[in-house]
Amino acid sequence: MDLLLEINDLHCGYDDQPVVNGLTLHVTQGNLVSLLGPSGCGKTTVLRAIAGFQTVRAGEIRLNGKVVSSPHIRIPPEQRNLGMVFQDYALFPHLTVTENIAFGLRHHSATARQKTVDRLLELIGMEGYGQRYPTELSGGQQQRIAVARALAPEPTLLLLDEPFSNLDVELRERLAIDVRDMLHAQNATAIFVTHDQHEAFVMGERIGVMNEGHLLQWETPFNLYHEPADRFVADFIGKGSFLRGEMSTSDTVTTELGRITGNRAYPWPEGTPVDILLRPDDVMIVDESPIRATVTDRAFKGADTLYTLKLSNGMEMLSLMPSRYDYLIGSEIGIEIDIDHFILFPVEPIA
Amino acid sequence: MHEITPDNPILRPEARKGRLPGRLNKWHYASGALALLVAIPLLVVFSGWLQPDTEIWSHLAETLLNQLFINTIKLVIGVGLGVTLLGVTLAWLTTRCDFPGRGLFDWMLMLPLAIPAYVMAFVAIGLLDFSGPVQTALRSWLGVGHYWFPEIRSTGGVIAVMVLVLYPYVYMLARTAFLTQGRSTLEAAQTLGYGPLEVFRRVALPMARPAIVAGTSLALMETLADFGTVATFNYDTFTTAIYKAWFGFFSLQTASQLASLLLLFVFISLMTERATRRRAQYHDTMRSGKPTRFILHGWRGWSITAALSLLFAIAFLIPFIQLCLWAMESISEEFDSRYFGLLYHTLLLGLLAALLTSACALVLGFARRYQRDRLTAFTVNIANLGYALPGSVLAVGIMIALTQSDHFFHRLTGLLGYNTTGQILGGSVFALLIAYVIRFMAVAHGPVETGLSRIRYSLPEAARTLGARPREILTRIYLPLIRPGLLTAMLLVLVDTMKEMPATLLMRPFGWDTLAVRIYEMTSEGEWERAALPAITLVLVGLLPVILLVRKTLQDR
Repeated sequence: MDLLLEINDLHCGYDDQPVVNGLTLHVTQGNLVSLLGPSGCGKTTVLRAIAGFQTVRAGEIRLNGKVVSSPHIRIPPEQRNLGMVFQDYALFPHLTVTENIAFGLRHHSATARQKTVDRLLELIGMEGYGQRYPTELSGGQQQRIAVARALAPEPTLLLLDEPFSNLDVELRERLAIDVRDMLHAQNATAIFVTHDQHEAFVMGERIGVMNEGHLLQWETPFNLYHEPADRFVADFIGKGSFLRGEMSTSDTVTTELGRITGNRAYPWPEGTPVDILLRPDDVMIVDESPIRATVTDRAFKGADTLYTLKLSNGMEMLSLMPSRYDYLIGSEIGIEIDIDHFILFPVEPIA
Repeated sequence: MHEITPDNPILRPEARKGRLPGRLNKWHYASGALALLVAIPLLVVFSGWLQPDTEIWSHLAETLLNQLFINTIKLVIGVGLGVTLLGVTLAWLTTRCDFPGRGLFDWMLMLPLAIPAYVMAFVAIGLLDFSGPVQTALRSWLGVGHYWFPEIRSTGGVIAVMVLVLYPYVYMLARTAFLTQGRSTLEAAQTLGYGPLEVFRRVALPMARPAIVAGTSLALMETLADFGTVATFNYDTFTTAIYKAWFGFFSLQTASQLASLLLLFVFISLMTERATRRRAQYHDTMRSGKPTRFILHGWRGWSITAALSLLFAIAFLIPFIQLCLWAMESISEEFDSRYFGLLYHTLLLGLLAALLTSACALVLGFARRYQRDRLTAFTVNIANLGYALPGSVLAVGIMIALTQSDHFFHRLTGLLGYNTTGQILGGSVFALLIAYVIRFMAVAHGPVETGLSRIRYSLPEAARTLGARPREILTRIYLPLIRPGLLTAMLLVLVDTMKEMPATLLMRPFGWDTLAVRIYEMTSEGEWERAALPAITLVLVGLLPVILLVRKTLQDR
């Protein structure tokens, strides 16, 4: 396993305002990874630090083992051989599609340049668009050109900064899949920054969740969803609710809905107040169950329906059921809790 | 969707807005140097009070100073009121009303901007003076002494001429302001029971006030800087007094004292503008379509058309035709190698000034783009102050500064055992070019700044990630993208330099006469016909930027 990118204890900031606080991250050759977080969490700053646009206050960034950024070293962006796809695409408006893609191919012969451009136009499915100008293209097409331009010089690492955020929702997911397949076809290594978890799930084999300048968790999409490391990640990724209770044994919690036993043990003493993470697929509607609830809202999703339920004590939870079951708003139903991944968070921080 | 977060590309430069810079870099030094270039002549002019030429000064104070103050105040008030009333009325008529020919007048009313005030001045005198064709015709119809005719060589005459060439500043800015006012604001006022004129007075006019004040202020800067018009009318102001002190008494000290008094007027005008404008501009946050026009039917519409036609005839058509007629009369004796010599020098100075000024404006633009701190904002503002400094003031300041540096150089070479004498930098083309650069920096800065602001920060960054070095980013990204802005800047400076009179007159080296200088020489001898050929040349050249303006305004109509 070759470590392509190493970020060690990175600190960045503007004036007296810290933006990235001690971030550590390693990416191996050929990986597609995502940085996910709400706006202002510092994810774009990390990307700009990797590209060389952002000064580093402490820590270091290494590419192929060589330090490119540290408080004392700052290799300029044009010498890093990185590709970057910008949020606004940053296509050069005065150049044609071909000239845009060929912009970074400075040391190639004219024929080699044309060959690369043709190959990339084919890869993005836009043969015949070479002589157009960026303003004559749709948003999705501009986006593909931006990816092709960044890939043309065969960068060691591709950085994508919210590349789909200016597109409409339907186009977004399709393009994300297209771009992922393109990157795989090139065996490219890429870091993808987004605030949209669906895009992150499509693009990232591994996802780093960031908040307030910290990397909270670095995991596969499956584990992020099912094994969130902290309350912020649990809340930010996927839907769900928390069920308050007290530890009774190391793998059992007593709640108003009865004792719930899970598949793993926690070291906290008996009586510790905890919240259990309930994903919508952990809550099943079972007509004969003694725990009663009312359907207050429903969202039909095709194969499944997402129900919002209200318990007699006022607590709300979500339930995802196959849509062959059909419960109307206002109907009273019974629920059962069946947790595959038993995730607990203490209510108060444990010293 | 743009949130203001540290990730926002709009705030890309790492040093944030509104702070003092941590460390100085080349952009600070460059913009600082350009600010000094403007500040030095200013300081030199004020330092004239330290060693006053007492004899000449007390002579001036006894005989002339009072009159200078009174004349200048009359001129400023008269022109200020005139351009504001005329400009606002015309803008309101063309944007809010409809009458026959409105679409044509919309842009034709900008054309007088192409006529230099001093050209209008001699055409007016040539036409309307006692011996001019108008009064001659009247006499032959009515007989001597049987008609009344206003004296053109009067305070009213100067003011009228200046208002006719300067009202377009107010007209254009007020026009844009009226056009950008949203429909719903005005309709809201109408539903609250106000008629058209009341809507204008109570809503549209107050909303457009910042733009109107800015236009009036521009017109007043031109008025205070003017030399050619008042000289033609023999109307003594500070600019003519500076000229007399320089060439009549050969006293640069006295000239600088007079110049500093003129600057006082400039600063008072600028302060008044700032105070009147108070908080920035009023923007209609919700743009809601174009307001409907008040349609003037029948005789009302046609009387507006007639009035505007008359105005256009007086402010552009008649002077233009008269210039052509005079030029034809004198073309056999004037259209010769001397004319081409004048044209050559005018163009050469204009082109050099255009290149230099645009380059400086580009440096300022980049400084502002890369350094968003307070120091840079300050130095860039100082460097752009030159548009408010009259050419004669600049001439005095630069000449004194360069003469001092020449003296210093002579002393230095003397110490080294060489003997040099005379002017080196003072009285050179270089000195004149400095004056042009200072005076027209703001003119070039506008289009350059607009061009730069349209280039998103991500473009040069994308180029860098693709391996482009800083020099390539300049040649492959920035220059192609701001070429239109840069060309506009150069054209504007070229034309303004060609029309510039006072600084050129005072500072031109021997043998560097320009068209404007020729016009001054001919008009001061009353030879209107012989001034016509250079004048019509300048009017035609002056039409170029006006055409650019017209095209731009027609686009956003």
